[in-house]
Amino acid sequence: MLAGFTEEQIRRYARHIILPEVGGEGQKKLLNSRVLCVGAGGLGSPIIQYLAAAGVGTLGIIDDDVVDISNLQRQTIHAGNLGKNKAVSAGEFVKKLNPDVEVVVYTERISADNVRDLVRDYDMIADGTDNFPTRYLINDACVLENKPFSHGSIFRFEGQIMTIIPNDGPCYRCIFEHAPPEGMVPSCQEAGVFGVLPGIVGSIQATEIIKHLLGIGEILKERMLYVDALNMDFFEIKVRRNPECPVCGKRVIDDIYPENYTESCRLW
Amino acid sequence: MSEKLDLRGEVCPFTFVKTKLKLETMNPGEELEVILDYEPATRNVPRSLKNEGHEVLDLRQVKENEWVLKVRKKG
Repeated sequence: MLAGFTEEQIRRYARHIILPEVGGEGQKKLLNSRVLCVGAGGLGSPIIQYLAAAGVGTLGIIDDDVVDISNLQRQTIHAGNLGKNKAVSAGEFVKKLNPDVEVVVYTERISADNVRDLVRDYDMIADGTDNFPTRYLINDACVLENKPFSHGSIFRFEGQIMTIIPNDGPCYRCIFEHAPPEGMVPSCQEAGVFGVLPGIVGSIQATEIIKHLLGIGEILKERMLYVDALNMDFFEIKVRRNPECPVCGKRVIDDIYPENYTESCRLW
Repeated sequence: MSEKLDLRGEVCPFTFVKTKLKLETMNPGEELEVILDYEPATRNVPRSLKNEGHEVLDLRQVKENEWVLKVRKKG
């Protein structure tokens, strides 16, 4: 042991420890951190891979879906696991990559009933979901529980990423108060998705989470980053808190109520 | 007071990684003596330590393939 690291850990994390911005102290911060990954699909794959490789000490993984062959065009952590629950499959991947990481697997669906208890138990949350109701559930629960989270979403060749630090920068509802009307935005199933795109977007989310846990650099706090993979264009939009925001502004919600998380996710 | 770290048998980059970790456990201004037997480390480790702001006090060869590096932790 040296400075609290085993011989194996010194070798595993050497490239991090060498970095002045990380060092042994930063690596210990990661090993003592707890991150909840909501969704172990296209975005979840790189998020889970890189958080595990970085030695984030505890990874919660929640997904109620099972691995289907149509997922493997972009969901790179589920090799050989067709038919298996995705959280279980992701957990197996993590244990193989880095046994330092403690994995907490949740095979249920995240819902209005369990979301606050789940996020309360973690330091930061990774949103790797593919639908509006879950996205608003995560945002609202994270604001209520004062937990930072990384938002990422993808559509065809385009993606967007933002890091939400509740009460210090805008939340997702400051920008998009409710979901678009039903039928206006096709889901990934109908619209298709460029397989490598979640690899880009999820990797940026993992970057943001690791930086925030370490307290280094600049995060996408008041900036929404857009990625257009077809034309390989990255651009950002400055975003500000909305004083009228129903979640982090006037705060009209005091809890999560299931009836608010149907199609439009409107709060009134 | 002075600390010691025996890195004989260790190669780069782990020579620097272990020196850095050891320094993290010490107080600013304290001195550390590192024993090295991997020749490239006698160039790499002092350079990396200086990059991080530590003071390299001395590097001397004590045997045919053994060196002692003395460093003071940045204050």
